[in-house]
Amino acid sequence: MSESVDLGFPSLKLVPKTDGKQSAKDFKTDQEVRWCPGCGDYAILAGVQSFMPELGLAKENIVWISGIGCSSRFPYYMNTFGMHSIHGRAPAIASGLAMTRPDLSVWVVTGDGDALSIGGNHLIHALRRNVNLKILLFNNRIYGLTKGQYSPTSEVGKVTKSTPMGSLDHPFNPVSLAIGAEASFVARTIDSDRKHLTETLRQAALHDGTALVEIYQNCNIFNDGAWDPLKDSDHRDALTLRLEHGQPITLVDGTRGVIRNAEGSLEVADVAEVGLDAILVHDAHRPDPSTAFALSRLSDSMTLANTPIGVFRDVPRASYDSMFQAQLATAKAGGSADLGSLLAGSDTWEIA
Amino acid sequence: MGKQVVQLNRVIIRFAGDSGDGMQLAGDQFTSRTASFGNDLATLPDFPAEIRAPAGTIPGVSAFQLHFADHDITTAGDTPNVLVAMNPAALKANLKDIPRGADIIVNTDEFTSRNLTKVGYEANPLEDGSLESYAVHPIPLTSMTVEALKGINISKKEAERAKNMFALGLLSWLYHRPTEGTLTFLKQKFAKKPDILAANITAFEAGWSYGETTEDFSVQYEIQPAPMATGRYRNMSGNLALAYGLIAASQRADIPLFLGSYPITPASDILHELSKHKRFGVMTFQAEDEIAGIGAALGASYGGMLGITTTSGPGVALKSETIGLAVSLELPLVIVDVQRGGPSTGLPTKTEQADLLQAMFGRNGEAPVPIVAPRSPGDCFNAAMEAVRIAITYRTPVFLLSDGYVANGSEPWRIPDVDSLPDLRVPFATEHNHTNADGSTEFWPYLRDPETLARPWAVPGTKGLEHRIGGIEKADGIGNISYDADNHDRMVRLRQAKVDGITVPDLEVEDPTGDARVLLLGWGSTFGPINAACQISRRAGASVAQAHLRHLNPFPANTAEVLRRYDKVVIPEMNLGQLALLIRGKYLVDAIAYNQVRGLPFRAEELAGVIKDVVASV
Repeated sequence: MSESVDLGFPSLKLVPKTDGKQSAKDFKTDQEVRWCPGCGDYAILAGVQSFMPELGLAKENIVWISGIGCSSRFPYYMNTFGMHSIHGRAPAIASGLAMTRPDLSVWVVTGDGDALSIGGNHLIHALRRNVNLKILLFNNRIYGLTKGQYSPTSEVGKVTKSTPMGSLDHPFNPVSLAIGAEASFVARTIDSDRKHLTETLRQAALHDGTALVEIYQNCNIFNDGAWDPLKDSDHRDALTLRLEHGQPITLVDGTRGVIRNAEGSLEVADVAEVGLDAILVHDAHRPDPSTAFALSRLSDSMTLANTPIGVFRDVPRASYDSMFQAQLATAKAGGSADLGSLLAGSDTWEIA
Repeated sequence: MGKQVVQLNRVIIRFAGDSGDGMQLAGDQFTSRTASFGNDLATLPDFPAEIRAPAGTIPGVSAFQLHFADHDITTAGDTPNVLVAMNPAALKANLKDIPRGADIIVNTDEFTSRNLTKVGYEANPLEDGSLESYAVHPIPLTSMTVEALKGINISKKEAERAKNMFALGLLSWLYHRPTEGTLTFLKQKFAKKPDILAANITAFEAGWSYGETTEDFSVQYEIQPAPMATGRYRNMSGNLALAYGLIAASQRADIPLFLGSYPITPASDILHELSKHKRFGVMTFQAEDEIAGIGAALGASYGGMLGITTTSGPGVALKSETIGLAVSLELPLVIVDVQRGGPSTGLPTKTEQADLLQAMFGRNGEAPVPIVAPRSPGDCFNAAMEAVRIAITYRTPVFLLSDGYVANGSEPWRIPDVDSLPDLRVPFATEHNHTNADGSTEFWPYLRDPETLARPWAVPGTKGLEHRIGGIEKADGIGNISYDADNHDRMVRLRQAKVDGITVPDLEVEDPTGDARVLLLGWGSTFGPINAACQISRRAGASVAQAHLRHLNPFPANTAEVLRRYDKVVIPEMNLGQLALLIRGKYLVDAIAYNQVRGLPFRAEELAGVIKDVVASV
């Protein structure tokens, strides 16, 4: 049986454990990775491959499913089972797999175009159902594989090949969208921050139900530097709000923090002015989603000021697949399955 | 005192009324009793897409036609002997189909000046002599029902609603139908509403007694049971048979069934039915849209389940991209298309066969998909098992092309012996299948079985078989991404060869005299009308042969040989010539297409006329 440490991931309790020691290398395939040199996807791939052994699962019981786009090439590079499907549909395909196979750990890789544009419907319905899927949404605010058109997360006024005078579209905030879609787990992390990425993946894996992890990812060809303010060591600490359960929500540099104002809304105030006691303490497990939603609205989509990073929401809710399997078990226990009597029905006649 | 009893060979009854009048229910009950009495029968429910169109209007008319006989019949009949018209709209909408001399039972209570005006009658047709050539039975059905239910504690409105049971009781008396089954049915349906139950039973019995006492009906009819193969029978509708066929296939393949579906007329009943059978391990999932329905089914197939999706034409259009993915992934999947009138929303509750070319070609790239079509309601069972056999044996999506006529129609069905059903078990991949030059072994997901050309079905959870698949072209055998020109050409041809090589039974020809020079070729639900037309023609002295295709891709191996045996090939279809196009293109046969797209099945007499003309021309 398992030689790895059992973290007791409740969402993975039905998945067989590995019977050997695993390392990141075990999750690499012999396929040449074909993202552009410098692409943020490399960092995420490396982060995921080094995190996977922590799960302690039999490799053959892990499945990666993706849609279409640069990020969706991910499964080819993971030495597990994998399917590169069609544009936007990965959550639907993964749902069918996850609900019928509780012995699998099913991961979805998608991008801002794949998940939020063509696949928006499947994403919101997967989230509300709470199928046991871990969805990694690589957000680079641009279409990469089709060579540089604006995406549903691009900022207003974005000049791209398809919007020479600037995009008119108001962007989605994926975290707000997910919370609005009844998600039970929503988090945000950054491709370049390996430690935070790994910690976020760990919490997602622990969650029983759908976990959406938005990963800010850099497309160095078509939208280079989109997240630079949050990465650059001179600015990031003054722009990033760290979300840690049980801790006051402040910028990393501690100068400013989140308070609830007289109207009941959230705002960012000087800690020195309001005092640390007035700063909101993060409660990721709060059943009411309104504070998590309010947190998701603090960031400025143009300047990225006050961008929360971490787990916004992580609440227990029975996963769809566990209820699906429970209904099946109840039905099987409650009646005999005799094909002959089913076909015969109750109203028959004999011809001799 | 019994009345005179007249023996008949066959009768066609049409119940017609407002959508809310319960005509489908009355028709269903009459059908069940007729089936259990042992008559052969065929039915045609014909109802509007609107749930409740404005009361008393022509668009709101819902009808149910039943043909039953003491001999083998294959259609719901062309011209009714009896019309039950619950209101002026039902009379007006149906009169054109009723031959002179037929019986017309009308509910006179509904023939008010307001209702007459609503459908454009200037004078009351019951009084102006326009129905003189019919045997009209004017009966105040509503008020007689209300009168009969006086002692029961229900509202007037509820009492009026039981008038369909009064009509059913009357018809049951008229045609000597057994009553027990209907009473049992009502007791089950209204078990929790004793007053409504009492009302329905009382109305039914009142209708029966009315027949017996009124002088309006001087005779009672009897139709002897039809000779049928020995065995145990039940009445079976197409959608039910299809659902049962899928469950049976899942049991015989020992693979759990997973249905991913989105509600759509006329396919939803399959979703409803399968949802009831979780104890057979049947899993059903109502998805957010058609695309997610098939996506989830494909995901389940990837995980080793029997993935099924059910829909109608517009749903197929949405699923096309995923069907293409399934072709590329080479995973089993059954797409059930219960065809309806198109294009677009078209005629949701009416039948048509116009999705054949969509099933055949409606995808990007070269994406061949096998096609199976049932010929009658009961045959949906066998066709479903056959579609599953092909899907899991050859690891391919398969189209099962039913249509509104077979889906909602019903016929007596001989209950099969479970042990006689085919064994559909197939192996899953469990080990490496390729040895490298250095003696090490690997799993190659696209290494094919030399006979079937199927690739291995290697499901997640199988140790040592980890591999990646996707919609991008794969290298032959090893399955890695490949953009190589020659490899793509080879893979396209391999996928085609796999479908072309599917073993299907030979096409059978019915040619009783053996000297026919004209062949009637059909597919799907037109079997009944074509068969009836051939019988009419033969009785009139013509020689004509009939062949009916169950497999439309690939065609049976002997199709070319069969077609060449005849001077003329006539292909009747409820589309503008889709099979004819395929037959002409593939076999260079100058087939004569005979087409109707009226949302209704062919009339046998009409087809017999076509046969007469063609036979005369050879």
